[in-house]
Amino acid sequence: MRIWPMRATLAAVTLLVAAALAGCGSPPGPQRIEITIHYSHFDPAQLSVPIGVPITFVLVNQDPIEHEWLLGDDAFHDRHRTGTEPHHAGRPTEVSIPALATVETTITFDAPAEWQYICHLPRHEAYGMLGTLRIN
Amino acid sequence: MRRAAIAPVIAAVLLLVVAAPALACGGLIGPNGAVNLLRTSTLAAYHDGVEHYVTAFAFAGGGGEFGSIIPLPGIPTKVERGGDWTLQRLVLETEPQRLFFAEAAGASRDAEVLLTVRIDALDITILRGGGAAVGAWATEHGFRLPPDAPEVLDFYADRSPIFMTAVFDADAATERGQSIGDGTPIHLTIPTDNPWVPLRILGLGKAASEPVEADVYLLTDQRPAMLPAPSAFFGVNGLELAHSDAASVQLLDDLRSDDGMGWIPQQAWLTKVRVNTVAGDLTFDLAIDASGRRMPSLVDAGFAPVGIVGNLVPTSTAWVLLMGLPLLALVIVALRRRGGYGSPPLGA
Repeated sequence: MRIWPMRATLAAVTLLVAAALAGCGSPPGPQRIEITIHYSHFDPAQLSVPIGVPITFVLVNQDPIEHEWLLGDDAFHDRHRTGTEPHHAGRPTEVSIPALATVETTITFDAPAEWQYICHLPRHEAYGMLGTLRIN
Repeated sequence: MRRAAIAPVIAAVLLLVVAAPALACGGLIGPNGAVNLLRTSTLAAYHDGVEHYVTAFAFAGGGGEFGSIIPLPGIPTKVERGGDWTLQRLVLETEPQRLFFAEAAGASRDAEVLLTVRIDALDITILRGGGAAVGAWATEHGFRLPPDAPEVLDFYADRSPIFMTAVFDADAATERGQSIGDGTPIHLTIPTDNPWVPLRILGLGKAASEPVEADVYLLTDQRPAMLPAPSAFFGVNGLELAHSDAASVQLLDDLRSDDGMGWIPQQAWLTKVRVNTVAGDLTFDLAIDASGRRMPSLVDAGFAPVGIVGNLVPTSTAWVLLMGLPLLALVIVALRRRGGYGSPPLGA
């Protein structure tokens, strides 16, 4: 009579542990990284993120002027330096941030790389509005 | 009678001989965010606790609109069209060596709108607000501010949250028959205890290595003390004291005869400061003490934060402390790296 309650307890514990382990196998939730824009500079200007994990970048523009957050490799930035697109939306790596506004974008990276995020509005990059993202 | 007689003569001479160099003493922002600011001329006259600020916007041709933002030391009680040739007359007075006749042949969160005025093709707005509020207002009203604008606007708003924006409608100027080079002078009457001239704003939108050139005329009751102190030749601060003398009776009479310039006193000291530097070095304004105490404000010059330090030291001493000590430190470091102070390196 005493054995069955003990067995029942062990079974329940086993089920809970199994359920917990099963939960560990589900995809992780997105990580959030806040990037502040102040006086036309990104803070932080150096970031490192893992592969395969959704990253939500929270872009907080404290300036009273519009900015861009364009993330990509050298070829990507070469194209945008001479681009004429007045507003960026629809692509998670290309974001326009209105004055004094906050915009979020979520990206999952699938390969290691070292990219840059740059504002390509006139004179902004030359003013120092760029940062580096390492994907490990 | 005399004024009536001389004014047309002066005006005619000036129209013939002086290529008007005047644009606003402010940051100028074109439709694409580019800045096309040429040499600027400004008169800041201080008499009986009132600053008279006279500047001009020149029509450089083309179409569309461009704008300018000018920080002010206080709220203007009057914004009006300036005299027709005051700035040019000052050029003549302080550059007599030039052969003009020969050349002639050849916020709460939001910014508060305090005042709006239309003068010729200029729409002028006086705003009160913090840097972010004024910047947001400007952005909402079509200004495409350059990337350094947020920091520069905060630099000024911390000391005086009053700004003037001017939108120049080039199409309207064309319709009015204004020709390229025609200037629209603006005269602001600003009661203030702290006259200062905004200089840092001249570098707005420029790369650090781009040149900034400007002529600043001061008309004060007595010889002013300035911070930074201009030197006889362009010194480390890029400011040259190009003229400093009691204003002649002839000059004061001439200036007084221009439109709206009846406030010109009977006696005054005329100073001309020539700015010739690069934008990256122009991180200050020109503080003025015309009281005779010779104590221009470190805060007004932008060297000290508001509420921390006020008038501390006389002009020359302040500049020596601000610029001399770091330079001395650099010299010492250089000497030490070279094994300086006269002692040979070991083993020599």
